[in-house]
Amino acid sequence: MSDVTEASVRAEVSTWLAANWNPALGLVEWRNKLAESGWGVPHWPKQWYGRDLPVGLVPVVEEEFKRLGAVGVAKVGIRVLAAATILAHGNDMHKEKFLRRILTGEDAWCQLFSEPGSGSDAAGAVTRADLRGNQWIVNGQKVWTSGAQKAHWGLLLARTDWDKPKHAGLSYFIIDMHQPGVKVQPLKQMNGHATFNQVFMTDANVPPELMLGREGEGWAVTTTTLMHERRGADALRSWAMGSDQMGRAYEEERKEISVDLAPYKWYPQRAGRVDLLLPRARETGSIDDPVIRQELAKLLIMSKSAEWTARRARAAQAEGKPQGPEGSLGKLASSHVARLAARIHTQMTGANALLTGADGVMDGLIAEILVSVPATSIAGGTDEIQRNIIAERVLKMPRELAVDTNKPFRDVPRNIVS
Amino acid sequence: MSKFSFSSEQDEFRTNLRRYLADQVPTREVRRLMETETGWDRAFWRRLNDDLGVAAIHIPEQYGGHGFGFGELGIVMEELGRALVCVPFLSSAVLAANAILNCGTEAEKRLLLPPIASGESIATLASTEDGGSWEATATTLTATPSGGGFHLSGHKSFIVDGHSADLIVVLARAPGTSGDVGLSFFTVPGDAPGLTRRPLQSMDPTRKLARLEFNVVPATPLGPLTDSQGAAAAFAKTMTQASVCLANEMVGGADRLREDALAYAMMRMQFGRAIASFQSMKHKHADMLLEVELAKSAAYYAAAALDDGDDDVIAIAALAKATASDTYLQTAIHAIQIHGGIGFTWDNDTHLWFKRAKSSEVLFGDAAHHREIMIRNWAA
Ligand SMILES: Cc1cc2nc3c(=O)[nH]c(=O)nc-3n(C[C@H](O)[C@H](O)[C@H](O)COP(=O)(O)OP(=O)(O)OC[C@H]3O[C@@H](n4cnc5c(N)ncnc54)[C@H](O)[C@@H]3O)c2cc1C
Repeated sequence: MSDVTEASVRAEVSTWLAANWNPALGLVEWRNKLAESGWGVPHWPKQWYGRDLPVGLVPVVEEEFKRLGAVGVAKVGIRVLAAATILAHGNDMHKEKFLRRILTGEDAWCQLFSEPGSGSDAAGAVTRADLRGNQWIVNGQKVWTSGAQKAHWGLLLARTDWDKPKHAGLSYFIIDMHQPGVKVQPLKQMNGHATFNQVFMTDANVPPELMLGREGEGWAVTTTTLMHERRGADALRSWAMGSDQMGRAYEEERKEISVDLAPYKWYPQRAGRVDLLLPRARETGSIDDPVIRQELAKLLIMSKSAEWTARRARAAQAEGKPQGPEGSLGKLASSHVARLAARIHTQMTGANALLTGADGVMDGLIAEILVSVPATSIAGGTDEIQRNIIAERVLKMPRELAVDTNKPFRDVPRNIVS
Repeated sequence: MSKFSFSSEQDEFRTNLRRYLADQVPTREVRRLMETETGWDRAFWRRLNDDLGVAAIHIPEQYGGHGFGFGELGIVMEELGRALVCVPFLSSAVLAANAILNCGTEAEKRLLLPPIASGESIATLASTEDGGSWEATATTLTATPSGGGFHLSGHKSFIVDGHSADLIVVLARAPGTSGDVGLSFFTVPGDAPGLTRRPLQSMDPTRKLARLEFNVVPATPLGPLTDSQGAAAAFAKTMTQASVCLANEMVGGADRLREDALAYAMMRMQFGRAIASFQSMKHKHADMLLEVELAKSAAYYAAAALDDGDDDVIAIAALAKATASDTYLQTAIHAIQIHGGIGFTWDNDTHLWFKRAKSSEVLFGDAAHHREIMIRNWAA
């Protein structure tokens, strides 16, 4: 790789944007240009829509996009995890078939890991895939599947061998969600939204070439997806808010956010809306309350140091250290930040924090923070699981005693699922 | 150094220093020095400076230093804190040297800094008084003009190495003034006539504090006397810098406690298994790691912010000191708990860091004090 510096990257991307960014383009057309030029995901390989740029320099590119108001590639939802997993474990056919349409936003994805009987213990999946003729036939139920109602493709963890110990009997598939054997049923959440779903698979089909990794190696692939999910849940997570500027690309992006991404519209709230704390403190006058001042300071300290810790992790990664279980530190920190932020928001807002919808503060947004934050410490692996991971993988403390890994999976005691 | 990573030269400097301190300063030596009245050893201090030049690290080359920045100063502090080394680094190289750099004239810097940089002379900064306030405005000690010079009367307290320093930088005010006007810095030799120095009996024996009585002590002005608020600003800047340095020392100590507690948990057997295999232990260690890493990020960021001349540095320094204060003490509390009964003994080393955690929490203002400074800067 040639010598790239912050300045050279900044110069190069801004020149390219000046010559190419045009809000009158269609959203997909523009994102195809990004995919071809590599500026949409500059840290990806050159061969696959990227520029082989060190991860540490990606923020420089993002800053230039922001400065010029240029729309980026599609980044919200499970598609990011799908792309990372395909880049790591997919063959050229998979990359050819899926990556570009992920970036353009044409395809949405979902993650079919959790089941009624297995969540933290995702390797305990009992959804089965059986090879019949030249097709894998899938039967079983998944749950808490975010975005399944809009997804074209699913990342599916299924059991292909019941005689092997639990981790060794799993395989990882890409399943077409648009087929008669797949039924999606939205589930209403405690915050009233329905992002996650139940997914019922009855003799659903997967062609053999859509297995990622080899048969029986599905757990390794799952771990890749989960590590990216945890890493992505750190303090640097951001959400597409759209822009109110004029132009076809902007309009189509707004439509994408309001229609395709509608199930995700509470996602900023689940992180605690730290950005709103100081403005709200001024607005409510609670900035003069010495108790609130201390709480606010505690929160800002936590969120700033979490952000800086995430940046340290990125810098280490940019220096060539591989993505590792330290991602769990950032996810755990985000849970703390979200919880404390929700408490302070409602504390500052007093009785009005009880009101929702049109009666509520900011159209109920403050109340929505409180009832959305509990998702943060559950989704993508609970806080307790993150602590296990930190203790075992980072600190090398003894692993939990396992009672289920040294016998055929069919003999392992499991939840009775009716 | 950037705010998020160290250069390979800095990493190497840290590695060498850590190895040197591990080799030269076993906890046995900490225990020996903490029982002495001085609290540090001049021969070791000279050797440390001859070998690694720590006191000179951030002092500009024209004043006998090495001309590095707060990034490097932070590394030294972190390693000293990790090994709990009893040396007059905070008093001399951080407090006094920075006060002189911030307020001294060119001639004064050329005169006063070289012996501090070489480690030949130990200096400290005396600003706090019996009230324990860390604000310059609380100063009552007076400097009265007398026959072309000045003399100081009043008292100072909680002065780090105040009883053993060769040179004392004193914050004083002109008679009849109040608030942040009328303040000036002076220097006084440790053996000046009229100066009585008494070591305070302190809970943390690894960092000695003293009370100083000034009874018409002849003193030399430091910095221009004409500028009525200059000394207050120079003092505030010194405290910002000192808070960042101390925060780096504190995260070093916290990380050491965490590592020692982990090593103990891996070794100690109960119920036929290492206590480290119990989930409550694992979760506590995961939480400790998270807290210490967050506090480190803040301390490193703040040191880099000082070097970068970041506009926000006052708030960032306060942030780093606040989180280091909470984290160090909390880590120390966990560390004692993880050790069980042995952790409550004098023979076990954990309490040495525990006490340093408490004294560092209070020094330059506790977490609540710094949170208020931070929020005042960010939310005004
Ligand atoms: C908003 C949201 C979106 C989600 N989206 C998706 C998705 O798109 N795809 C998907 O596959 N899943 C998704 N999930 C599911 C999520 O990953 C699981 O809910 C989570 O991993 C916990 O599993 P569980 O619900 O079965 O709880 P359980 O695993 O039954 O856990 C219950 C409690 O037991 C604790 N516990 C479990 N095991 C241990 C242990 N070993 N040590 C200590 N404590 C333990 C847990 O921490 C928790 O407190 C989503 C969840 C939420 C809330």
